[in-house]
Amino acid sequence: MAADIHKKKGWEVPNGSLVPADGQPTERSESPTPGLAQGMEPGAGQEGAMFVHTRSYEDLTSPEDGDVVSRSSEEGRGDQADQTSIEQISKDFSELSTQLTGMALDLEEEMRPSQEDKMDLSLQTARRDSARSEKEDEDVTMETWRMHQKHVFVLSEAGKPVYSRYGSEEALSSTMGVMMALVSFLEAEKNAIRSIHADGYKVVFVRRSPLVLVAMARTRQSEQEIAHELLYIYYQILSLLTWTQLNHIFQQKQNYDLRRLLAGSERITDNLLDLMARDPSFLMGAARCLPMAAGLRDTVSTCLQQAKAKSLVFSILLSRNQLVSLVRRKDQFLHPIDLHLLFNLISSSSSFREGEAWTPICLPKFNSSGFFHAHISYLEQDMDLCLLLVSTDREDFFTVSDCKRRFQERLRKRGVSHALQEALRTPFYSVSQVGIPDLRHFIYKSKSSGLFTSPEIEAPYVSEEEKQRLLELYQYLHSRAHNSSRPLKNIYFTGPSENLLAWVTSAFELYVCYSPLGTKAAAVSAVNKLMKWIRREEDQLFILTPQTY
Amino acid sequence: MFKKNMAPRRTQHVGAGPSTEQSYIYKVVLLGSTAVGKSSIAFRYVKNDFRESVPTMGCSFFTQLVCLETATIKLEIWDTAGQEKYHSVCHLYYREANAALLVYDIARKGTFARAKLWLRELEKEFLPDELVIVLVGNKTDLAAEREVTFEEAEEFAKSKSLIYMETSAKSNHQVTEVFMAIAHALLKQEQQKEPALRPQPWKKSRVDLQEPSNQTKKCCVN
Repeated sequence: MAADIHKKKGWEVPNGSLVPADGQPTERSESPTPGLAQGMEPGAGQEGAMFVHTRSYEDLTSPEDGDVVSRSSEEGRGDQADQTSIEQISKDFSELSTQLTGMALDLEEEMRPSQEDKMDLSLQTARRDSARSEKEDEDVTMETWRMHQKHVFVLSEAGKPVYSRYGSEEALSSTMGVMMALVSFLEAEKNAIRSIHADGYKVVFVRRSPLVLVAMARTRQSEQEIAHELLYIYYQILSLLTWTQLNHIFQQKQNYDLRRLLAGSERITDNLLDLMARDPSFLMGAARCLPMAAGLRDTVSTCLQQAKAKSLVFSILLSRNQLVSLVRRKDQFLHPIDLHLLFNLISSSSSFREGEAWTPICLPKFNSSGFFHAHISYLEQDMDLCLLLVSTDREDFFTVSDCKRRFQERLRKRGVSHALQEALRTPFYSVSQVGIPDLRHFIYKSKSSGLFTSPEIEAPYVSEEEKQRLLELYQYLHSRAHNSSRPLKNIYFTGPSENLLAWVTSAFELYVCYSPLGTKAAAVSAVNKLMKWIRREEDQLFILTPQTY
Repeated sequence: MFKKNMAPRRTQHVGAGPSTEQSYIYKVVLLGSTAVGKSSIAFRYVKNDFRESVPTMGCSFFTQLVCLETATIKLEIWDTAGQEKYHSVCHLYYREANAALLVYDIARKGTFARAKLWLRELEKEFLPDELVIVLVGNKTDLAAEREVTFEEAEEFAKSKSLIYMETSAKSNHQVTEVFMAIAHALLKQEQQKEPALRPQPWKKSRVDLQEPSNQTKKCCVN
């Protein structure tokens, strides 16, 4: 059977000094339902994954949170899900229907956007265009400042401001003092503050000594998801300083003003927050691939693989936050969080477009104690193709720079430059290609490969507000599906403007958006068709044969 | 006296040119505080364009060919980040440099003081004749807000025998001239050298980097 082809022991990761110990299944599961078992779903790589394996969203955070309970329940659920098949989904849905009709009503109420929110969104968009300096000028006593959808603050344990998303840190030092007082007050009681819920706001606290991160959100994200975003901010700071350096600094001087060291990189954090609000990669904990013909991608990957050097650990080719190819050193896996931080770094800085950058960077999930050196350059002036070469040796600039030259030369020799350019011209596919009339949009994630695919967001989600609203709907479904106390496998959500369906198994996650006129039965049967389509197109939408040096 | 790791990249023949003229490769590094215009100067010189730039991460690397009557010079320009967090890696960028631009903002006195500190650091690392240093007062387009006078900077430059120039990357004032001055100074230095002291021409430009350099301490390598 096909199962034998996929049954490889590629999952076994020798726990080398560089790789953090992580829950790795030793073998792909043998399931009577190929296509649904983990490692067999559409988009699952044939040679093993490129990333540190994360079975679920919880996996991304649980090692820090030590949330053992939610993890074990997650695994229990996974076993059951192995039995699930496409045929069974309709049965599941009918079983759930009683419960869901009850839920749909209050969901609808909860998700309806109010006028107030819309105004807020436009404010946010306006701010996105403005430069950081204007942001600094924002008066923190003004109503407009209070009206932002999501505030993020970072402070040191001494209560010193480190970062604020809006307004200058100085103006907020007393506010941050209050936040630290709240944290300390509860800590004195041997307790920890996690969140405050009041008046439509959620105030979420994440403590990562020596830093405290606080978000104040009016979005409908769950506390868990907001905390997850705060962790990203924490990792972003680590990627600039390393955990070792950060701790060392505060051990030396408790009231150190960390802004001195972070000066000039606020925009990277700003960009990360903006990106998380509009790119589903962060929500899915996965990377999106640029769709292209499998043969072309393999050729590009081979060229990249051949342009290797001793000190190289990862060679990554990307285009506007979409992965084109990733080659890694054997036995070294990249964590999706680290990849997202790299994507964010590149998208937040236009300076990489000129010349060749050589910059120290820490990949905190890989190894939070040291710096890699990243060689970052765009292949052609007017082409959105960025090459990222991650090296362990900071002295190796010229060797790594030569890898880039060799890669380009190989691309030319193989005559794929032109085809690559063509592929870049169509970075998204249209949902109409699937051929399901009521289907508007979807997100499909293959858990074993850590990759997801999603069509272009089309009408009626044209305006920024509408796009954001769609993502918020996905966020909402995601938070319900991954609620640690009561996770759901299947959700059908009927809203005023669209119907949505979520289906989470141990092998994949699928979120689908339909027009509001369709029926549940039609939606469920369309999933079947959609899965078949993804399977048929998987070699274009995913990286099925990841390469190693 | 040459430092051990100084010599190899100094003079080398770049390929086989049609003429018999000399070819050289020199490493030029831009140093200075945050937002004084280091990247803008590099960008103006290499691309002859200006744009509001964002803070540099680590450093950026450019190359530019300068054709003079007597020689062809390839400048390898290292544009460093001015932010404090990169200071620990900065020596990596200016090590083995042949020329340095100490850039300050004429409208911000503090950046001039910082340029002096950079000079002190370079003096620790290099012997007096090893490095061509140019003090560059950038942003002459902001003359109305000037905080460092031309005379003050010139006097300082004279006392330390540096080349001094004022530029504006924004309005394209004297940027190319700075690099030309560097090229000429480097050539002059080359000609003054005793032929015996001249290192052997190297066949390939990158070779020395692969050789283990005994002075490096790997503290940040995994």
